[in-house]
Amino acid sequence: MNVSPTPEVAFKPADYKSDIKPVWCPGCGDHSVLLSFQRAMAELALPPEKVAVVSGIGCSSRIPAYTNTYGFHGVHGRSLALATGLKAARPDLTVLVASGDGDGFSIGGNHFLHACRRNVDVTYVVMDNRIYGMTKGQPSPTTEPDWDTAIAPGGTGLSPFHPLVIALASGANFIARGFSGDIGGTARLIVDAVRTPGFSFVQILSPCVTFRPDQQKGWKDLVRTAQVPETDDPGRAARRLMTDDGFNIGVLYRGKRPPYQPRPLADLPVAALEQEFAV
Amino acid sequence: MTDLPPLPDFRSPAEFWARALAIEVEATERYELLADQMAVHNNHEVAEIFAKMAIIEGKHRDEITRRAAGIDLGAEAAKFGWTGPDGPETADFEQVHYLMNAHQALRIARHNEDRAARWFAAVAARATDPEIVALAAEYAEEERQHVVWVDDWLKKFPPPDAGWDDDPDPPVFSD
Repeated sequence: MNVSPTPEVAFKPADYKSDIKPVWCPGCGDHSVLLSFQRAMAELALPPEKVAVVSGIGCSSRIPAYTNTYGFHGVHGRSLALATGLKAARPDLTVLVASGDGDGFSIGGNHFLHACRRNVDVTYVVMDNRIYGMTKGQPSPTTEPDWDTAIAPGGTGLSPFHPLVIALASGANFIARGFSGDIGGTARLIVDAVRTPGFSFVQILSPCVTFRPDQQKGWKDLVRTAQVPETDDPGRAARRLMTDDGFNIGVLYRGKRPPYQPRPLADLPVAALEQEFAV
Repeated sequence: MTDLPPLPDFRSPAEFWARALAIEVEATERYELLADQMAVHNNHEVAEIFAKMAIIEGKHRDEITRRAAGIDLGAEAAKFGWTGPDGPETADFEQVHYLMNAHQALRIARHNEDRAARWFAAVAARATDPEIVALAAEYAEEERQHVVWVDDWLKKFPPPDAGWDDDPDPPVFSD
């Protein structure tokens, strides 16, 4: 389980809030996701010094700065590589990874596949606004093919990336989707993801109110609680995804695969380490 | 369809106090966050309004804390609002815009106060414990008074002109 609880100590969400004020646009869904992170950590009673929040580059990847835990604002698309190394070396830490649809599915797309496959015990939260917001609104891997803008006249014409399908096919052990407008529900999903051993993936629909207000402010009317209960059967989960329109909220899949956790090298005596380099 | 959060079945006045406290804590924190957002984006007029709302809600929080002193609020007091639905007095983030004016900010505040009044009134109508009925009715009346205050405040600030959100110098990140 990706969690190090100390039940005798109660934490408040504010205990995980740093002194830095978020620079996200007012109305951005990421503000709500940050609150969900804080509520989830409080619900899990995680001591801040036992949590690491790792990110890549993009609006959503600013979360470590706003969180009063260990944090690493890393290289574009490489948050999962960093998090995998950290969890391998420090299995005692609860490792949360924050990303966006550009950072996570394009620049970091390959890492996403192999993090699912490795099944290291980390929780990967991707704030999906179907756009590169920080760089002024270019289409991302999840953007609709016909989204017509000055920067992509006529739309890209490309089929969108389906994160949940990819996660399921690649071996993620926990797969869910949330909506930033449902702060409590998203917090519950993160709690569930952290408590489930192995690689947990949570896609959170998080509207970009600056570059896509007309399309995404209406998401709150489109999202709905998924009518089909979660399953531990990948085949059943795959069939459910075949009719998914991207707005079903909840846990899709919870597998039983044991997480990959190598023995941390830091605890080995020097002699044992030297043996690895003996010719 | 109602915009009210679910109505709980309070089993004791302590549970009511716990929920009332959580509502005010959450409303205070949310207004503080909205004030921060506006300050970061140099909309100081609206930041000031949200900061004042945070102060008002903070006073309610402190008053409830004082009145509930000595009452065992139980574990649920701390848990409410962390993973549950947001309170009736809590503003949604998506309602704000970096170019919004004071009138729009106050409309949000008015909606929150009105929703809180309706929520407490519904609790009073549903509860069977006379103490909870009395407390909920008292808080409903208090929230209704806040609606009147906000209405008076609104008279000082006109609605925005058409095209209020047109920005000739679109947002740049302030790194």
